[in-house]
Amino acid sequence: MYTFDYQTVASTADAKSIYDAKEDPTYLAGGMTLIPTLKQRLANPTDLIDLKGIGDLVGIAEAGDGVEIKALTTHAAVAGSDLVKAKTPALAALAGEIGDPQVRNRGTIGGSVANNDPSADYPAACLGLGATIVTDRREIGADDYFTGLFETALEPGELVVAVRFPAAQATAYQKFPNPASRYAMAGVFVAKTADGVRVAVTGASQSGVFRWTAAEEALAGNFTKDAVAGLSLDGDDMISDIHGPGDYRAHLIGVLTGRAVAAAG
Amino acid sequence: MVAVSMIVNGKDVSGDVPANTLLVDFLRTTLRLTGTHVGCDTSQCGACVVHVNGSSMKSCSMLAVEADGAQIATIEGVADGEKLHPMQEAFREHHGLQCGFCTPGMVMSALDLAEKNPNAGDKEIRAWLEGNICRCTGYQNIVASIGAGIKSMAE
Ligand SMILES: Cc1cc2nc3c(=O)[nH]c(=O)nc-3n(C[C@H](O)[C@H](O)[C@H](O)COP(=O)(O)OP(=O)(O)OC[C@H]3O[C@@H](n4cnc5c(N)ncnc54)[C@H](O)[C@@H]3O)c2cc1C
Ligand code: FES
Ligand code: FES
Repeated sequence: MYTFDYQTVASTADAKSIYDAKEDPTYLAGGMTLIPTLKQRLANPTDLIDLKGIGDLVGIAEAGDGVEIKALTTHAAVAGSDLVKAKTPALAALAGEIGDPQVRNRGTIGGSVANNDPSADYPAACLGLGATIVTDRREIGADDYFTGLFETALEPGELVVAVRFPAAQATAYQKFPNPASRYAMAGVFVAKTADGVRVAVTGASQSGVFRWTAAEEALAGNFTKDAVAGLSLDGDDMISDIHGPGDYRAHLIGVLTGRAVAAAG
Repeated sequence: MVAVSMIVNGKDVSGDVPANTLLVDFLRTTLRLTGTHVGCDTSQCGACVVHVNGSSMKSCSMLAVEADGAQIATIEGVADGEKLHPMQEAFREHHGLQCGFCTPGMVMSALDLAEKNPNAGDKEIRAWLEGNICRCTGYQNIVASIGAGIKSMAE
């Protein structure tokens, strides 16, 4: 690791003012992405601002008909939450499939959505449910928030404080994990809501998490596995790497979407 | 340098470390508690698992300064003097190790599972071991050891 200065903060206001005062600072949440990145010397921040001392950034509460999850809530806490299980069982199940137990004991939802790894799981849930990303300065709809590979609508220093998920009539997430890393080779989140069906795909596309609108339209009138059986995506738009070619990932998405619809019922 | 202090296996410890010191390096190099291992550079193998405030975590993927003020438990604190902990005894009894490199992490991970899910069966044990890699045993005997360990802890 390169050297850096480290400090803790007790409020979002402190985090921001220290961020603004430093040359090239980075926030630290669970560190399950940032610390491995620092160890590989893929980043060289001057300062780490540890958010974990901000007590009011932890917790899960009802919000409208859905749930609001504060940014520093761990994946393990979301997976184990009775409230999340009752409101959106697929979201709790998704959190319980992230990485491994030790990663889930530390990694946070805020870090995951701020990082927007193209193979991460939470972005699919946010886009699939039409979540709202709440920051220290505004609220951003998921459709406008995820802008590309590791790219989001966040401005420098902007803090994610919570993610608000509306309820849905039925939800399911199907993930095909890479056997070594456990990140998604493809992951599909399907939500049936009063306003229609949403299908969000992570892990596969070269442009990051996306909504599969053709599947959404097919499912709107006929929420069954068969409705998507004939649909396909272009393998040229998908990630091709040593783990699998683009055509394979495109095929996976079709299969996983069918399974998610069947699981959502 | 940053001053850190924490409670490791029930003892107060402190030291001055550069901010970029990993918790595992603080344990191994500063405290000479070399039972906690480093098996990878990618946060995937689990050889480094310790308990931080009661939950299992990868000490290779957190900074020593992040553990300031925390309660840490490592493999060195598990046995009662010469008497092995029931989970360690189960690993011995069921041949849950060959070279032993992964074992400290396996045991610390297993103890967290025993705490969180005392009814865990083979399926839950296998799922829980997602983050613990063993290059020797093929896992079969590790799963058997943990199952037996959880049972004898309940007795
Ligand atoms: C072995 C392993 C397996 C994994 N498997 C999966 C998997 O299967 N699926 C998956 O989705 N993820 C996986 N992850 C990643 C994990 O979920 C991380 O926890 C998550 O991506 C980042 O959250 P964090 O709290 O650890 O963030 P950190 O690592 O602390 O931070 C990540 C980035 O987000 C920024 N940041 C953090 N919090 C905020 C905030 N509140 N506001 C603004 N910016 C912020 C940081 O500055 C940093 O740039 C895995 C990680 C490991 C090590
Ligand atoms: S040393 Fe491999 S996960 Fe920590
Ligand atoms: S016993 Fe050798 S790595 Fe597990």
